[in-house]
Amino acid sequence: MKLITHNMLTSNILKGVTKGFPLKIKADKVDNVSVDYNRDFITRIIPRIEYDALRAAVNDLGLNESLPETMPEAVQQDDEFLKTMHKVLLEYEVEEGELICPETGRKFPISKGIPNMLLQETEVS
Amino acid sequence: MASKRPEHQAPPDIFYNEEEARKYSQNTHIIDVQTKLSERAIELLNLPDEESCLVLDIGCGSGLSGEVLSELGHQWIGLDISSAMLDVAQEREVEGDLVLGDIGYGMPFRAGSFDGAISISALQWLCQADKSYHNPVKRLYKFFSTLYGCLARGARAVFQFYPETPHQVDMITQQAMKAGFTGGLVVDYPNSTRAKKMFLCLFAGGQVQQLPTGLTGEEGSERVPTQARFDKERNRYKNLRGKSLKKSRTWIMEKKERSRNKGRDVRPDTKYTARKRPKPF
Repeated sequence: MKLITHNMLTSNILKGVTKGFPLKIKADKVDNVSVDYNRDFITRIIPRIEYDALRAAVNDLGLNESLPETMPEAVQQDDEFLKTMHKVLLEYEVEEGELICPETGRKFPISKGIPNMLLQETEVS
Repeated sequence: MASKRPEHQAPPDIFYNEEEARKYSQNTHIIDVQTKLSERAIELLNLPDEESCLVLDIGCGSGLSGEVLSELGHQWIGLDISSAMLDVAQEREVEGDLVLGDIGYGMPFRAGSFDGAISISALQWLCQADKSYHNPVKRLYKFFSTLYGCLARGARAVFQFYPETPHQVDMITQQAMKAGFTGGLVVDYPNSTRAKKMFLCLFAGGQVQQLPTGLTGEEGSERVPTQARFDKERNRYKNLRGKSLKKSRTWIMEKKERSRNKGRDVRPDTKYTARKRPKPF
């Protein structure tokens, strides 16, 4: 699971959960893959990223990436920031671990890089 | 006679086991069909040119449709209920990210996340009640309403699916409209039983959009446009009254046209078409 997916995933399909975001990550194994840098995609996707959640995820994984505390204002021109975002969003893969719902504490296991969002019938909202 | 439809055999998470999943990485026919369907679905999705978007692939399976998206330079996130299929996707090292989930329980994504959604041959599975507590209508509504939420305004969702009965089509479109989508059904090669393909083309809010028209004519011919066509014309049959004389040139031309509409292989029309043969000695 890449961090871009984590930034989109919520647990609001659970009964009684309203926001379910951001999910906490407990990672046992993180891989690094290389993905071609696509400047257009990153600039397009940045307005949709919940920046605080991304920083929290970087923190959860204990990554050695320097994301500024707030998003720089002139994002389009800041190539260095865009490259860091590209690396953080697309190049880290959580292979094993779990996602934890912030409201109920329900755990969603991640195995072989695939988060398991399947529910029991009783949990469905 | 036992039904051949996979939905009738077992629930999707059981049906797509390791053996079935392997077919989707080895059987060239399946790969070919899925790739063609995906290309058409992405064409209907009408994403902005030359921009890479984030697309949701619903029922991504082994990632065949995702590969088409990757080739076009888009990023994608795939959702599927079968872990065996996702394992195959992982083995094929697809570029998109994969999530295991049941679409009938809703989409586990934040509002406005995606520029579009495609789904190849998955929607018909939602019409089945695989467990005693499953209610297809409710599951469809849940699916569409949560999908509406996670799409950006004005985004499209294109579903290629194999409905079993006209009633299923009604049920699906009704729930989609109830969830707030606009749009409707696009049928390619409607006159052919074999080449006919149904696409549900939905718009999530935004400006009023024109529904693209389905393809007609010869299947796989060079003349098939690669862009979705948007026109208001409606094809009416000329000379509805009075059939043309049997064996006449117009009769033969009409017959060839009908065959072409069914997607059959038909020789092109030339000046020799329907010309009388010389009298033998």
